Amino acid sequence: MKKLSARRRHPLAALVVLLLALACTGGLYAVFSPADKAQADETAQSLTIEEGKKLYSVGCASCHGTGGQGTSDGPSLVGVGAAAVDFQVSTGRMPAATSQGAQVPRKKAVYSQAEIDQLAAYIASLGAGPAVPTKEQYGPEGADIAKGGELFRNNCAQCHNFTGKGGALTHGKYAPTLEDVAPKHIYEAMLTGPQNMPSFPDSTLSEQNKKDIIAYLGEVNGEETESPGGLELGGLGPVSEGLFAWVFGLGALIALAVWVAARTAKAKKS
Amino acid sequence: MSSQDIPEENLPAEQDTPHGAVKVADEAHPFADPGLPPHEHRIQDIDERAAKRSERTVALLFTVSMLATIGFIASYVTIPVDRSVYIFPIGHISALNFALGMTLGLALFCIGAGAVHWARTLMSDHEIADERHPIEAPPEVKAKVLDDFRQGAKESALGRRKLIRNTMFGALALFPLSGVVLLRDLGPLPGTKLRHTMWSKGKLLVNMNTNEPLRPSDIIVGSLTFAKPEGLEEHDHGFQTEIAKAALMLVRIQPDDIKDKRSLEWSHEGILAYSKICTHVGCPISLYEQQTHHALCPCHQSTFDLADGARVIFGPAGHALPQLRIDVNEDGYLEALGDFDEPVGPAFWERG
Repeated sequence: MKKLSARRRHPLAALVVLLLALACTGGLYAVFSPADKAQADETAQSLTIEEGKKLYSVGCASCHGTGGQGTSDGPSLVGVGAAAVDFQVSTGRMPAATSQGAQVPRKKAVYSQAEIDQLAAYIASLGAGPAVPTKEQYGPEGADIAKGGELFRNNCAQCHNFTGKGGALTHGKYAPTLEDVAPKHIYEAMLTGPQNMPSFPDSTLSEQNKKDIIAYLGEVNGEETESPGGLELGGLGPVSEGLFAWVFGLGALIALAVWVAARTAKAKKS
Repeated sequence: MSSQDIPEENLPAEQDTPHGAVKVADEAHPFADPGLPPHEHRIQDIDERAAKRSERTVALLFTVSMLATIGFIASYVTIPVDRSVYIFPIGHISALNFALGMTLGLALFCIGAGAVHWARTLMSDHEIADERHPIEAPPEVKAKVLDDFRQGAKESALGRRKLIRNTMFGALALFPLSGVVLLRDLGPLPGTKLRHTMWSKGKLLVNMNTNEPLRPSDIIVGSLTFAKPEGLEEHDHGFQTEIAKAALMLVRIQPDDIKDKRSLEWSHEGILAYSKICTHVGCPISLYEQQTHHALCPCHQSTFDLADGARVIFGPAGHALPQLRIDVNEDGYLEALGDFDEPVGPAFWERG
């Protein structure tokens, strides 16, 4: 014992004590926890909801009401589901700076993913709604890209353009570009129909259909997408291409015509 | 250019007269004709070596064009279709497209540039004036023509031999009829095709995405679904002709929000089935805003309020989108209660 107390001022003593304490706590936890694991999970779940509720009352309740019932400034959130929360908050659309303007634009996200999960858990507890999709649902494995293209042209291209470049709607509203939108968010948008976008529930556009569409977008609008034609000019079709041809094509032709008709160099300067 | 550069005879006539007293030599031509400036020689006209140089330049341009054409053929043969290259300002691009475009463009440009350079440096550059004369014929020519005509008319005796004259007029008048008759081959008349679609009583509404018949519970408020009539398959002959008329856009609106009474009656618990074909010029119209219930046509921005009988609220469309009357059959599937009650798509002459 004397030996031990003699070494208590050793620089590593504190570390050894800490390690011992940690091992003790771990061991005790391992002994007692398995018995009520389910209960612990449930507690964790209700804790998440509790945390989400706190975040909600600070950041969302002023527009969406204290219980998510909605006010004149924001719609009811009962039954919108976790997918809607994950989409709106992760893409920075919510919290909206103001309810003015044609539509809420995509911004930098305000909340961390952990906070978003808590918010989503709270909103999901208010009423049943679509859950956040898993990676197997939106991942490219087992997707039919050609079928996805067909589905995209039939259901989405009217607003979002044939390769997802976006387009204009009425009164300043617009369908945003789908470039660098995460597959998960595209899936959630189809499922929940944010803002003026109609929703495409699994009953009319199956899970496989959604997977195909996302795979198609990854093919034509992803980071590694190749553009065999070169200069895309925004991929907007005849408008930008026509403008380019009129300005630069005609400009070059006029310059050439001026050169052709220019005075030829003479032997004697006049 | 100062006045010293201009030869004396080319200066205006009144140049010598004192100020204030303008003397006009000839009333009809107050200004002397300045004529053409004296011809100046180009280097190539004087220096034979310069001319040779120009000749070589033109020949070089034509040779480059030949090489570019050979390059075009060579790249067509050798470059695989799916090879991609990175070209600086453009980015990743198909190597074949790029090579074909560049060589073809170069070949054509060099032909043009060579021809222009040839004309500018080596062909004669003497300016030639060509006098213009009045178009009117001199009186004696006119008199001769009129005389000839009168003599011809007299000799043909058209005025006297009325039988010949009348039958000739008849032959000439009838001849164009053969052309008119051929117009019949432009096709059979449309008949009532424009007034009917494939929809009829009892036809199920089939989801375009899943190819399954739709149930009312499939369509939730705020969603958008496209449907086709039961029995119409994509690989069918004439699918495009039929779907061009029968395409259906299904939305669900809270029954309380539906303003048009007939529209609500023709819906099933707020599920409204509208024609997807714009009544302006027939574009597929499906830019649906689920909060405002407006559908926008991408071609000319005609906007329809789907909550109010698809009334036109903006744009050039002439009338509301036709609505299909739907209900649920005993198996729980959505079915049509008949065809559209008016022709779908753009108006036509006899639409009424």
